[in-house]
Amino acid sequence: MTTTSDEDLAVLALEGRFEDTIAAMSRIEPRDWMPEAYRATMVRQIAQHAHSEIIGMQPEGNWITRAPSLRRKAILLAKVQDEAGHGMYLYSAAETLGADRADLTMRLITSRQKYSSIFNYPTLSYADVGVIGWLVDGAAICNQVPLCRSSYGPYARAMIRICKEESFHQRQGYELLLTMMRGTQAQRDMVQDATDRFWWPSLMMFGPPDDASPNSERSMRWGIKRHSNDELRQRFVDMTVPQAEKLGVTLPDPELRWNEARGHHDFGQVDWDEFKAVVSGNGPCNAQRLARRKSAHDEGAWVREAALAHAAKHGDEHPERAGVARGDKS
Amino acid sequence: MTDQSWPLYEVFLRGKRGLNHVHVGSLHAADPEMALHHARDLYTRRNEGVSIWVVRAADITASSPDEKDPFFKPSGDKVYRHPTFYDIPDDVPHM
Repeated sequence: MTTTSDEDLAVLALEGRFEDTIAAMSRIEPRDWMPEAYRATMVRQIAQHAHSEIIGMQPEGNWITRAPSLRRKAILLAKVQDEAGHGMYLYSAAETLGADRADLTMRLITSRQKYSSIFNYPTLSYADVGVIGWLVDGAAICNQVPLCRSSYGPYARAMIRICKEESFHQRQGYELLLTMMRGTQAQRDMVQDATDRFWWPSLMMFGPPDDASPNSERSMRWGIKRHSNDELRQRFVDMTVPQAEKLGVTLPDPELRWNEARGHHDFGQVDWDEFKAVVSGNGPCNAQRLARRKSAHDEGAWVREAALAHAAKHGDEHPERAGVARGDKS
Repeated sequence: MTDQSWPLYEVFLRGKRGLNHVHVGSLHAADPEMALHHARDLYTRRNEGVSIWVVRAADITASSPDEKDPFFKPSGDKVYRHPTFYDIPDDVPHM
């Protein structure tokens, strides 16, 4: 009886310190005590985010071999490489919570963990590369900038690095579109068509409306979320409308107009049935994306095994490298 | 399919000459040589570093993060280690 009560007190004290750290806007760090629900939520969020970056290489990766110039190809390669890097930063952050990277990969390719619904739409023309940079990366930046202040230290630090790099992604996309809009009528039509296809899925990236978002309240209190889904969606719409005007494209929403009284743009209803269908696996490209990720993993198995065998055989054969490292220490 | 995964390495970068190496994250690699190459590709795509250290995460010994830990206690009550502990008249120059 006494033991139980002591343990209860100890947990209460730990919870108190955890809540105090959050309340002081300080950061939770990897080996700190944290409620299991916080750890589980954090792992799920970071893993989903990592999976999104990794799957996100595919829609644009499709166009690397068909880039219209060497300049565009170099840019696109760098961007897709960044997406891989972002996935790696995030898996690294998830591992500080005790998750295992190989296990997370298995959860992705067996559909036990999700990734952003946006990457289940096909990329039908080169204008899609521009529109993904402008709208999809633009929406991602809106979502991610507040996450640089996430209460979980390693996630916040990864997000700072990611946000710096996303800025290049958005700007290269917008510049690509500006270039196409100065081209032929056919090129302008491609930009409008890509905008028509990606506008609504981009709005879905902010997640379900606030009244249908079950864990938001606790996530706000724990500093996991900083703004509601609807707030961020509104911010994105307000930011994007003048960019669309400057570009000379029409956003495909007849209800989109400035509301002087609110100081924001009003916009139409997102098709949440479509969102649910895509999230639950029935989007245009879900099966293709997962199959591609699984085949890359399976076909890489021999490389992983061979590297391990090589390391086991030649483990301590780099004394000169060790010497350099020692000399370099301060 | 392999059931043994590459070990975890922690990565430290010297951003430029004159600065200490700072921890930036981690990655998996089969051996230290590969860890260095991966660290270059992952953490210095935009000239963020002039020198990289990688170390097996399993080889790091860390202090406990628990605040009740008396580990850092010895420095807590030694205010006399700080210059502000000492009252010096304002008109004493260069102090």
